[in-house]
Amino acid sequence: VRKLLSIVFKGAAAVVSARTYADFTNEATFEIKKCDTFKLDEGPATQVVMTRDEGLQYYRTMQTMRRMELKADQLYKQKIIRGFCHLYDGQEACAVGIEAAINLSDHLITAYRAHGYTYTRGGTVKKIMAELTGRRGGIAKGKGGSMHMYCKHFYGGNGIVGAQVPLGAGVALACKYQGNSELCVCLYGDGAANQGQIFETYNMAALWKLPVIFICENNGYGMGTSVERAAASTDYFKRGEFIPGVRVDGMDVLCVREASRFAADYCRSGKGPILMELQTYRYHGHSMSDPGVSYRTREEIQEVRSKSDPISMLKDRMLSNNMASVEELKEIDVEVRKEIEDAAQFATTDPEPPLEDLCNHIFHNNPPLEVRGTNPWSKLKSVS
Amino acid sequence: CGTHKMNLFQSITSALDNTLASDPTAVIFGEDVAFGGVFRCTVGLRDKYGKDRVFNTPLCEQGIVGFGIGAAVAGATAIAEIQFADYIYPAFDQIVNEAAKYRYRSGNLFDCGSLTIRAPWGCVGHGSLYHSQSPEAFFAHCPGIKVVIPRSPVQAKGLLLSCIADKNPCIFFEPKILYRAAVEQVPEEPYIIPLSQAEILQEGSDVTLVAWGTQIHVMKEVAAMAQEKLGVSCEVIDLQTILPWDTETICKSVVKTGRLLISHEAPITGGFAAEISSTVQEECFLNLEAPISRVCGYDTPFPHIFEPFYIPDKWKCFEAIKKMINY
Repeated sequence: VRKLLSIVFKGAAAVVSARTYADFTNEATFEIKKCDTFKLDEGPATQVVMTRDEGLQYYRTMQTMRRMELKADQLYKQKIIRGFCHLYDGQEACAVGIEAAINLSDHLITAYRAHGYTYTRGGTVKKIMAELTGRRGGIAKGKGGSMHMYCKHFYGGNGIVGAQVPLGAGVALACKYQGNSELCVCLYGDGAANQGQIFETYNMAALWKLPVIFICENNGYGMGTSVERAAASTDYFKRGEFIPGVRVDGMDVLCVREASRFAADYCRSGKGPILMELQTYRYHGHSMSDPGVSYRTREEIQEVRSKSDPISMLKDRMLSNNMASVEELKEIDVEVRKEIEDAAQFATTDPEPPLEDLCNHIFHNNPPLEVRGTNPWSKLKSVS
Repeated sequence: CGTHKMNLFQSITSALDNTLASDPTAVIFGEDVAFGGVFRCTVGLRDKYGKDRVFNTPLCEQGIVGFGIGAAVAGATAIAEIQFADYIYPAFDQIVNEAAKYRYRSGNLFDCGSLTIRAPWGCVGHGSLYHSQSPEAFFAHCPGIKVVIPRSPVQAKGLLLSCIADKNPCIFFEPKILYRAAVEQVPEEPYIIPLSQAEILQEGSDVTLVAWGTQIHVMKEVAAMAQEKLGVSCEVIDLQTILPWDTETICKSVVKTGRLLISHEAPITGGFAAEISSTVQEECFLNLEAPISRVCGYDTPFPHIFEPFYIPDKWKCFEAIKKMINY
């Protein structure tokens, strides 16, 4: 009977496979943690609905991000990726939850821990990995590296923390000016939360009611400094003072999605900026040069991994609500692994950018510009 | 005779140790200095001198320097660390508009002379855009501060102690690639090396080579190459203090040799070599046998993967010498 019902629901082109997907629940309601709010009468919903398709998509995306970061770790240790590399594993729920609540036509900007966001914003794993290895197939043509990845409506990828926040407000101003109902999600970390420019931006955004969602990804440590040792107030969601705020469990993708939806509605209704603090955790150290255990214990990392891992949490939810099977999720894992392997292969074999690229894109110039350099008699050409 | 084998970061620690021991008003602060610093320049100091003298600041360069200026004005010997010279720009206003002009605008009533700002500087092989910059030229344009760059552990300790003792706000750039790579026998006791005095490392008669920091080591190699392959005798000078710079030593040398090559990693346009070149042609015009040569970085942001091509290596400098000799 259940099979028949599923054929009816799925319409004339129904395919009944041996897996009997009809056995799965199509959607379920979940209780999520209530968010602390600041200057808000009501907060995001605590009862949310997730469909099977959504769940599978979040799972696939988070698993892809997780495996991509772990692959980057491996390539870094093999010295195929060099320079600076800041990994995002542990924080996947943030990127996926935010993207689930906004549209690709909205805008997003963050600091240097950006590989995850580059992916959710539309970058492919191939292009991201090739950028890490500095090859011409990279998303920034190999010229930016780990910290400087960009794609449509995603403004990076910024090395100087805090500097991206006024930029985000500017993007939001453009949205408001053009009246296109788009908004800008502007992220920064707990370390950068103490930068002066952020408070300047809060003021401008609130004064002019800009459609910007400020998000503080609080992973507990600014490089090696714990939040208690860096901030007079660790209630980052309240630091906007005159901007309403929400504190969200950043390890639960549904929590992040719900809060982001709430924030997006708030912005789009013209009420001005809103601040979200996502409490999350990174498993790796600050960067690949940081083992990550001199300022926190291995036990702490292990505890978060076993109790609050975002991917495990989603997996448990889906399995216990009969929304997917173990085999199905394993299949996704296998597909993801293959995608990452192929991307790593590409990233390792793609050639580096040509030497002419050294001087290209400094200015916008027509005709080509001459660039002076190490030898006074030979100049390079800059094309843009 | 109490010397000890030290690398660059250890010589910095030694200088800071001497300072905290002899000056009870000395304090060291910056991002992550408490555990020893990301380049280990402040290892052991917090344990030895206490957490009220060696302490972390939050992530706020503008705040760090502003706070340092205030501490210095009130009488403390303030030693601020900016984690990478690339991050110094949020503090640019504080340095240029506040620190540099304090004495001048108050008619000598106030000053922040006991402020020293330290920052890791220069290319490191994989630093890319924001961990490789050499911003000395920006600060050279600002009367009121001193800018100093050492080339080795012995120089670093002596110059840093001079900066701390100097009654003007000083910026001390430390070549990060040399932190571990440069090792010397460094005296354990404090000593100073005078500021604004360039040092002639090797005397010569045909070409004057001027550089500072890491690039000096490149120049020494170039001088050896020139002697061996071209029979050209080079005079190698380490400028050491960028502002105020020792015009006399450089000009005297150019009067002797007639040819000058200046080299730095920073981009060529507006780089400090331009200032030296301009002054030397004013003072020594009739002594010049060839145009002054500048071998510097390209006018691009410091690249992500083209670093070996970007930097002014010994081959490019050698070419420049050849061209000057054959002018």
